[in-house]
Amino acid sequence: MSGIQFPKPDPSIIARRETIIAGLAALVAPDSLITAEDERRAFETDALTAYRRIPLAVVLPRTTEELSAVLAFLHKEGVNVVARGAGTSLAGGAIPQEDAVVVGVAKMARVLDIDYANRTIRVQSGVTNLSISGAVAAERFFYAPDPSSQLACTIAGNIGMNSGGAHCLKYGVTTNNVLGVKMVLVDGTVVEIGGPYLDSAGLDLLGLVVGSEGQLGIVAEATLRILPMPEDARPVLFGFPTSEAAGGCVAAIIGAGIVPVAIEFMDKLAIEICEDFAHAGYPLDVGALLIIESEGSPAEIDAELARIVAIAKDYSVTTIKESKSAIETAAIWKGRKSAFGATGRVADYICMDGVIPTGKLPQVLHRLNEIVAELGLRVANVFHAGDGNLHPLVLYNINDPAEQAKAEKAGEEILKLCVEAGGCLTGEHGVGIEKRDLMPFQFNPVDLQQQMRVRAAFDPGWRLNPAKVFPLEGRVAA
Amino acid sequence: MNSVTPKTEAEAAEAVNTARAARRPLGIEGGGTRAGLGRPVAAQTRLSTRGLTGITLYEPSELVISARAGTPLNEIEAALKDKNQALAFEPMDHRALYGTQGEPTLGGIAAGNISGPRRISAGAARDFLIGLRFVNGRGEIIKTGGRVMKNVTGLDLVKLLCGSHGTLGVITEATFKVLPHPASAATLALYGLADGKAVAALCAALGSPLFVSAAAHLPAGLATPEPLTLFRLEGPQASVDERLSALRRTLAPFESGEALAPDYAGALWRAIRNIVPLVSPPDAAIWRISVQPTRAPKFVDLLLKQVAARYYYDWGGGLVWLSIAATGDAGAAAVRAALVQAGNGQTIGHATLVRAPDDVRRTVDVFEPLAAPLLKLTKDIKASFDPDGILNPGRMYAGI
Repeated sequence: MSGIQFPKPDPSIIARRETIIAGLAALVAPDSLITAEDERRAFETDALTAYRRIPLAVVLPRTTEELSAVLAFLHKEGVNVVARGAGTSLAGGAIPQEDAVVVGVAKMARVLDIDYANRTIRVQSGVTNLSISGAVAAERFFYAPDPSSQLACTIAGNIGMNSGGAHCLKYGVTTNNVLGVKMVLVDGTVVEIGGPYLDSAGLDLLGLVVGSEGQLGIVAEATLRILPMPEDARPVLFGFPTSEAAGGCVAAIIGAGIVPVAIEFMDKLAIEICEDFAHAGYPLDVGALLIIESEGSPAEIDAELARIVAIAKDYSVTTIKESKSAIETAAIWKGRKSAFGATGRVADYICMDGVIPTGKLPQVLHRLNEIVAELGLRVANVFHAGDGNLHPLVLYNINDPAEQAKAEKAGEEILKLCVEAGGCLTGEHGVGIEKRDLMPFQFNPVDLQQQMRVRAAFDPGWRLNPAKVFPLEGRVAA
Repeated sequence: MNSVTPKTEAEAAEAVNTARAARRPLGIEGGGTRAGLGRPVAAQTRLSTRGLTGITLYEPSELVISARAGTPLNEIEAALKDKNQALAFEPMDHRALYGTQGEPTLGGIAAGNISGPRRISAGAARDFLIGLRFVNGRGEIIKTGGRVMKNVTGLDLVKLLCGSHGTLGVITEATFKVLPHPASAATLALYGLADGKAVAALCAALGSPLFVSAAAHLPAGLATPEPLTLFRLEGPQASVDERLSALRRTLAPFESGEALAPDYAGALWRAIRNIVPLVSPPDAAIWRISVQPTRAPKFVDLLLKQVAARYYYDWGGGLVWLSIAATGDAGAAAVRAALVQAGNGQTIGHATLVRAPDDVRRTVDVFEPLAAPLLKLTKDIKASFDPDGILNPGRMYAGI
């Protein structure tokens, strides 16, 4: 089964493989160059494991200079480049091709500078998301965007995908927390965009680079905002008889002027799967669950939660379970953040990432469940309810090609449903290879052409991650 | 100057097409309150967005509002106030600075990425702008972003357009994320601190978990005879009260503070936002400098050795406003030299000439000069939107 088409590899590049490898070997240390087939196989896919291609070679530079030299060389040779962080992309953004060299930042993982007074940290882009918070935790600071894969994913990948997470309702996503990058362009040119201050000169190229999915360059270093940790934070589990009641409660909370730091939603199947894995104390006798986290001083948290509880009572809340300790808090979040992993224990699944206006939640959930049921499959719904970012996990058996086709069909229908509801195809996972062919559903040809012309201004030859994000047909140059 | 005022997006596209066919550049204008921002535009025809008005979507429970570009900002703010919401980036009003009349528009806010003191805690206009419709220089109507908070579908042209000063497209409709209006606010003032100590106090407050929403320092004689250092807390009343006590404890090593009367404090923050302390004399040049807060006092010291200037700090010191005589290069060389000296040979930030006579802004770099590869990218991006240079040519950089 292969619903998503890959471009045909360029035989002239594959024929020059030995020369290309020899050229790369002159630029980096031996342990930074991976050429053996069994070792390259480790880079053949990312977290969209249904698709895989073995790359021509893999290079893992240690410094910006090495990264620049590698890209300059590959540019001169006319070789395609696929950028890679930790390979946790759920949209296939880091899946290579046979005629492409994977350039990874895994060996560029140093914290370069921490400036508490100015509340910034400068890192090499291969550092993991969680280790950034870890580096500043002793001084009671943290880095806000917290994708579920934060233990493994790199800041390079976060910038590439504009990653979000549970706590982004209050703190924003990656683009709201990156101040500057040092980036290597396709021809090896090193540019600095932004810096350790709030606003930058000229066009907002930084805003463009964040979320560009490896199409504009490879980020070598990043300057990020760090924030003081709140005094305290406390999640509460709210159980509702139905998804509709839970969705209505979310709208009412926000309408009342309360924006908690996180509002997470799980439906019945997601609750069962996550509770079975994490033993977080999730109520099993409810139709849907909200995890609402409030932060501040203990008195502030008490006051905010009291207001939220009062609203929840209007929506037939059946369970209210407040975390009583740091251990309970950790368990509650472990359950939510391991939803994808826990689901993987139960079945194969595709994880969708559509966004809808939150007011459309009840209708969309209803239709979404119908779509999946009509195809004879099951779905677990987990998502960031405050900002309407749905993550339906469509369960299927990867060894059954017919079922995989059905699952992909369900995924496509769900994403179209999101767009029809006024939302979009992806909120935080990116387009990658997975949603590339759905782009014309959200954008008309003129919208897409403008994006592609901007892309081509950075990479006129379409060498960077070339088979991703934009449909293979109808590509335009600058 | 000729003027065209389309009433619909299609008419706006037609106006751009007509201009393109005639190779006659357009100067894009909203309410006309910020015409002095950027380099003077070389255009004989003005395209006004004032005919494109009206709120097109407002969903308070989704924290989102959309309106056509020429909608007056006060109309947006009134609608939001009705539901106890606000544009959290508290956009600056340039009318006092430029002595202009008229009404700022929502499109102007988006085109200029216009923000205020809360930028340090909440973000800038660009952080709240989630969707745009615009007409590019090819006369094409483009949609980018949308009405949902999270969206990573394709390239984020919303950010690119925000702050592009009309050089990439005529914005026809903008969608912003909004936030609840803070239920209450308190402002703590410390008196008599020298700049360096004041910035240290601002950094201490912003590094605490008390969620300071705005932080500024005005040297002696700007608002009060003594230097004045200000901290703003916002939120539910009980929370503000509690955090105010905690903030006093945090700042005890610096100076004992005084909570200001709410009306006075509100006026003071508006004045800081709108550069009122430096508005006079009206013929002086105004510079806006973005820097690392702790290096800002050194930058100012070095600058004052070269040129006379009045100044104050916003954003905890991360934004320095300067008033310098508009003679010669209006202080450009001195400002940019001091930015490099303060970084021991490497620039510590960037400078924008926000107000100066046309002939100065024509010859001096208004925005921070770009490194060669960034300038090339900027030119190529401009060409991808506007290949014939029809839209606000020269507004940001020569040819852009």
